[in-house]
Amino acid sequence: MFENFSLFKRTSELESKIDQFFDKLAEASVIYRLAVRGYLREGASEEFKERLDTVGELETQADNLRRDIEQKLYKNILIPDSRGDVLGLIETADDVLTMFQSSLWAFYIEKPVIHDQFTSGYKRLTNMVIKAVDELALSCRAFFRNPHAVPSHNAKVTLYEKEADKVSSDLKVQIFESKIKLVEKLHLRDFVNGIDGIADHAEDVADRLSIYAIKRLT
Amino acid sequence: MIDPIILLFLSSGLFLGWALGANDAANVFGTAVGTKMVSWRNAAIICSIFVVLGAVISGAGTSQTLGKLGAITALPGAFMTALSAGFSVFVMTKSGLPVSTSQAIVGAIIGWNVFSNQATDTSTLTKILSTWIICPLLAAVIAIVLLKLSKYFGRRLKISLIRSDAYKRIALIFAGALGAYSLGANNIANVIGVFIPVQPLAELTIGSIIFSSTQQLFLLGGLAIALGVCTYSKKVMMTVGSDLGQLSSTSALIAVISHSIVLFLFASQGLEALLLKYGLPTIPLVPVSSSQAVVGAIFGISILQGITAVKWHVLGKIIAGWIVTPVVAALVCFIGLFFLQNVFGLIVV
Repeated sequence: MFENFSLFKRTSELESKIDQFFDKLAEASVIYRLAVRGYLREGASEEFKERLDTVGELETQADNLRRDIEQKLYKNILIPDSRGDVLGLIETADDVLTMFQSSLWAFYIEKPVIHDQFTSGYKRLTNMVIKAVDELALSCRAFFRNPHAVPSHNAKVTLYEKEADKVSSDLKVQIFESKIKLVEKLHLRDFVNGIDGIADHAEDVADRLSIYAIKRLT
Repeated sequence: MIDPIILLFLSSGLFLGWALGANDAANVFGTAVGTKMVSWRNAAIICSIFVVLGAVISGAGTSQTLGKLGAITALPGAFMTALSAGFSVFVMTKSGLPVSTSQAIVGAIIGWNVFSNQATDTSTLTKILSTWIICPLLAAVIAIVLLKLSKYFGRRLKISLIRSDAYKRIALIFAGALGAYSLGANNIANVIGVFIPVQPLAELTIGSIIFSSTQQLFLLGGLAIALGVCTYSKKVMMTVGSDLGQLSSTSALIAVISHSIVLFLFASQGLEALLLKYGLPTIPLVPVSSSQAVVGAIFGISILQGITAVKWHVLGKIIAGWIVTPVVAALVCFIGLFFLQNVFGLIVV
């Protein structure tokens, strides 16, 4: 009975942590876009490294928040019905941040030479991926507050993912039809796959989220 | 100080109270405890307090109805009536049949009526029998209405998943408190109802307050139920919690609230007076089955959720319980009274 006096405090803390987690995802998405566009403009510059470090910090903060959320859910026995779903969601959403970081590290370490003719394709691909992730973040937030809105957000995630697939296929065709060396073609293709893979993962998370939302609504 | 002989005769009723507390507290707090939304300790404390309050404050209504069915005038007769009800509950529980203390005590009273050649008041009996059918049906209807309302408001209020969990915990405690109060008010008649006409206890004066025999019986019965809650309800709560575990926490909360409302409706003299004041038909004040109220509520929820496969065997068992429980209790009571009168030479009528 007495623990209920602190129940709302614990609830508010948990809500705040979950909000902060999705804030990190949204922030990382913005920084990732700026970093890739910066790389396309001026290569692995100081500014690019700073952005890479920022995404790294966001990823670490998100990891800490995830652990905190897990502990709070289990220690305080909160939302016993849905905590498995919430943890699944947070863990898979956390992977998106890891993928942002890995993709930027690959740019920094491998320093792919992206010729001018391909930059617009990479920009469009990155835009689609970021839109998919942003919509996913909205969908995740909706799951907690308004599960009825989840399907419409998820439909947009799928739409952007499909568009990203189309852009990546066109870009790969353009790369392999160009006159650059095969080794460069293969290198550039890997980067296209790396960026596009983030949208694929966002769609996987959205698919899980659809099931979780249906469970909440029934 | 209560005479030990009187206490011995009351023991069958108090045992019934203990069994009621041990079993039926699970209908009130089982889901909350089973799903770990409320700790067993807190559930037991709240349940014990409110069950005693319900018995003492609002227990008179259902007890009067049982009194009309059969006014047992000798203490050994009341002892055997309560004992046979308790025995029937025990035997049927062991056989795996769902059993209601309310139905057992009604059967036992009829057994006493037959033994003592007293006519059973058919209008009271009809009233009681009809409530057994109405109780789960009403619980189902209330559950459907509550679930509809919760979906309607849930969609508009947009309460976050985490916050709604906190609200549900608070709601489970309030619903549990109401359920425990209603259980005490409605089912206390099963525990000590048959002893009331005998008036076995002398008036007790503490300061300027005088406690009648009936008031003392209500308190003793309430304490017996509370003892059952504190000593033996944990295991039953865990079982009920996992049995109902397939329900979502919202549905489980609605089942508990519906159960509590139904028990309250069948016990509230205040509501009866209010309905009478406005010339509306009243709800009979009859002890009903707490378990069947919960099952009825779950049926209602299942229907609304489009579960077409109704568990007919569960429904069949409940209907069988309506017939078998009172018949067994009446037979046991008749035989027991015969032995008590002819073997032990006690006055039972």
